[in-house]
Amino acid sequence: MKSRRMFASIVGTIAVALAATGCGSGGGGADSAADFPQKRIDYVLPFDAGGESDITARLQQEKLAEILGQSVNVSYKPGGGGALGWSELTRTAADGYTVMGSNLPHIILQPMLRDDAGYETEDLQQVYIFQSTPNALLVPADSDIETLDDFIAAAEENPGAMSIGGSGDFSANHIGTLMLGDMAGIDITYTPFSGTGTAVPALLGGHVDALMSYSPQITQLGDQVRAIAVATEERMPGLPDVPTFAEQGHDLVDGAYRGISVPKGTPDDIVQKLADAFKTVNEDPELVKAFEEQAFVLENYGPEEAAELTKERTAVYEDLLTRLELVP
Amino acid sequence: MFEVLGQGLLANLAPSMLLLVLIGTLSGMALGAMPGLSATMGVALLVPFTFAMDPTSGLVLLGAFYMGAIYGGSFTAILVNAPGTPSSIATALDGYPLTRKGRSEFAIVGATIGSFVGGIIGVIALIFLAPPLASFSLRFGPQEYFWVAMFGLTIIASLASGSLLKGLIGGLLGLLLATIGIAPVGGDVRFTFGDPMLQGGVPLVPALIGLFTIPEVIRLIALRTRDAQMVDETREKDRLGGMIRLILSRPVNLIRSSIIGTIVGILPGAGGSVANLVAYNEAKRASKHPETFGKGEIDGVVASESANNGTVGGGFIPTLTLGVPGTPPDAIILGVLLLHGLRPGAELFETSGPLVYTFIIALAVSAVMMVPVGLIAGRGLQRGVMALPVRYLAPGITVLTIIGAYAIRSSVVDVFIMLALGVAAYLLQRVGIGGAAIVLGLVLGTIAETGLVQGILTSSGDAVPWTSFFTRPISIVLILMCVLSAAWPFIQKRRDAKTKGTPAEAVPTSGHSDRAESD
Repeated sequence: MKSRRMFASIVGTIAVALAATGCGSGGGGADSAADFPQKRIDYVLPFDAGGESDITARLQQEKLAEILGQSVNVSYKPGGGGALGWSELTRTAADGYTVMGSNLPHIILQPMLRDDAGYETEDLQQVYIFQSTPNALLVPADSDIETLDDFIAAAEENPGAMSIGGSGDFSANHIGTLMLGDMAGIDITYTPFSGTGTAVPALLGGHVDALMSYSPQITQLGDQVRAIAVATEERMPGLPDVPTFAEQGHDLVDGAYRGISVPKGTPDDIVQKLADAFKTVNEDPELVKAFEEQAFVLENYGPEEAAELTKERTAVYEDLLTRLELVP
Repeated sequence: MFEVLGQGLLANLAPSMLLLVLIGTLSGMALGAMPGLSATMGVALLVPFTFAMDPTSGLVLLGAFYMGAIYGGSFTAILVNAPGTPSSIATALDGYPLTRKGRSEFAIVGATIGSFVGGIIGVIALIFLAPPLASFSLRFGPQEYFWVAMFGLTIIASLASGSLLKGLIGGLLGLLLATIGIAPVGGDVRFTFGDPMLQGGVPLVPALIGLFTIPEVIRLIALRTRDAQMVDETREKDRLGGMIRLILSRPVNLIRSSIIGTIVGILPGAGGSVANLVAYNEAKRASKHPETFGKGEIDGVVASESANNGTVGGGFIPTLTLGVPGTPPDAIILGVLLLHGLRPGAELFETSGPLVYTFIIALAVSAVMMVPVGLIAGRGLQRGVMALPVRYLAPGITVLTIIGAYAIRSSVVDVFIMLALGVAAYLLQRVGIGGAAIVLGLVLGTIAETGLVQGILTSSGDAVPWTSFFTRPISIVLILMCVLSAAWPFIQKRRDAKTKGTPAEAVPTSGHSDRAESD
């Protein structure tokens, strides 16, 4: 018994030594990526169970566990449109064992527009952005509005009277509505609903004139709605009949991006290892198929690309919101 | 349609399918009975397990689990005054008093029968009335949700069994609590007192546990023993058949409450937490002896439980026909449907008829299974809890409440919120302000605020936007219901005075009828 323990400790020492030398050449610390992860990883969602983030995480969960060699546990910390979770993430150990879903534009706009969101955009180290859902402008199937021009003409006729529903305040839907109003020079009223789930019946029941929603709704709602424009650069592969805003003369390209973040200060090689794992998951044919069917767009932004995208979007939003006098 | 319906029925009779429904129902019940672990969370946790199954089995398991979880919430509501889910708030109002009278078994049987009937009526509506009911639900816009919330607030009159004034104070406290956190429309940060954790507001489940359960724990400890009568009487113990007959002898309450549950379930955004309270209120209003409500009236338990299981079938109506989830767990099941490439809509019933009807029938089978399973497991649990001495029971419940408050968002802050509200509720109870009115304010405050602001925004094209609250046809019907509901205590007082020749118990209130109009 005793000798076995001694054997174990010798092996342990050698392993640590090997790990240390291995990392020495990689430029990291002793407790880093070579043997990460050594225990369960918590994948926390700052939203309620059942949303699109949740479904995505559930699809990724098993495959991540396979790649990382440790179990992955999905849990929820909803509240404040995600702010609760993100502010808590800044107070979590920067060891890579807690990863949290993080969305653009949420993590840009909350700190920009709230007095105290509890975190700053830079406090979150983005690891990977794996998915996006472009904005799409929907009207009920029986509406007179057939094209973006019809929509703009209707809005010009009655300034302020056209009501556009969407999910949440200062979400991608909200920003998309503001951008459209700004680009087309029209006065439209945005009404936020507590998620896509409650915004959709408001459109189908005719309580709002149009909905700025996300592309998956187009397939989901089928012939109950007419999609008059989608905010991508080119038509989406799954939706060849839906024109883009750009085709119709307004260069609106925006949407929500889903990814994961860890606390700032997490060692670079651990961040990279997590990023590689998510990249591999994104290549899984089963998952690719599931994403495509739901009109999600696969994205592959590593840590640096994600930071760049964030910087670029921040500039765009800051400019827009300052001109509209919405920044406090 | 009847052909696929028959196919669905046959599919459900396969032993493997029956076993799956049994497993789902049983595990749902166990989870629902844990305060803090909501049906939504349980269904979400189950989803990855269903990926390994074929779509039909996966959906059947999720549906049965959901049905069982909504029912399971009644156990702890009845036995220790801890509603396991927000759908069982009203169950505790009479279920726990029944326990204190030594009739917890009767309450469990009532909850079981109620859940069974509610579940079945919801499923019947789902099979036969889905398309018309779904299109009706779409006519509810922000204005209508505002009035639904106002109607809900008139329930305070019946929750406050003693003084209406104290009930109103409780309701206002709840409404104030509902204003904490990020505004539902507009996104302003309110009353967080510098703590970012309060951005999420006062979470409903920890508040529920604090307001209902903690005062009971304090009371148990203060008394050092149960009330004398809390030891179960043997009156009906040997006669299960008698209890069931007694409950079934009042079918009107069962059916009315189930229909209320089904209808509220159809409205996206309302769901079980509202349905059980509305059904409870209507049961009390229709009762020949409303004064017994709140003091251990079986009809109250039956109303609440049949309504919340009615929301299961009701909630699937917009989910399956429109792709709009009726309740939060429906959102998860909708996600699973989409993952399997099944798009909701009228076509779904045609193209994937066997799958859809197998799923729907499985909900009904699950409701049927709840009866034997619930009567065995529920009464077993009841005997266990009853046999437990206070020195184990009180700390046991305390641990359960802390786990429950923590579990919903894995947050220690929620535990403190729960404990703080619990102590406050204990003190408020001493002056006659009950927790139920506070919870009502908390639940409805957000719905009312959201409806009001959204209604004004969406009608910003009108000359005077707020008039839209008074001109839409369904709004007018709801306003009339509010007025009638608010005036009911006076009508009843007059009726009582006529029949008994004496004025009924004083129900003060001028502020009462004003409220319905000014809000």
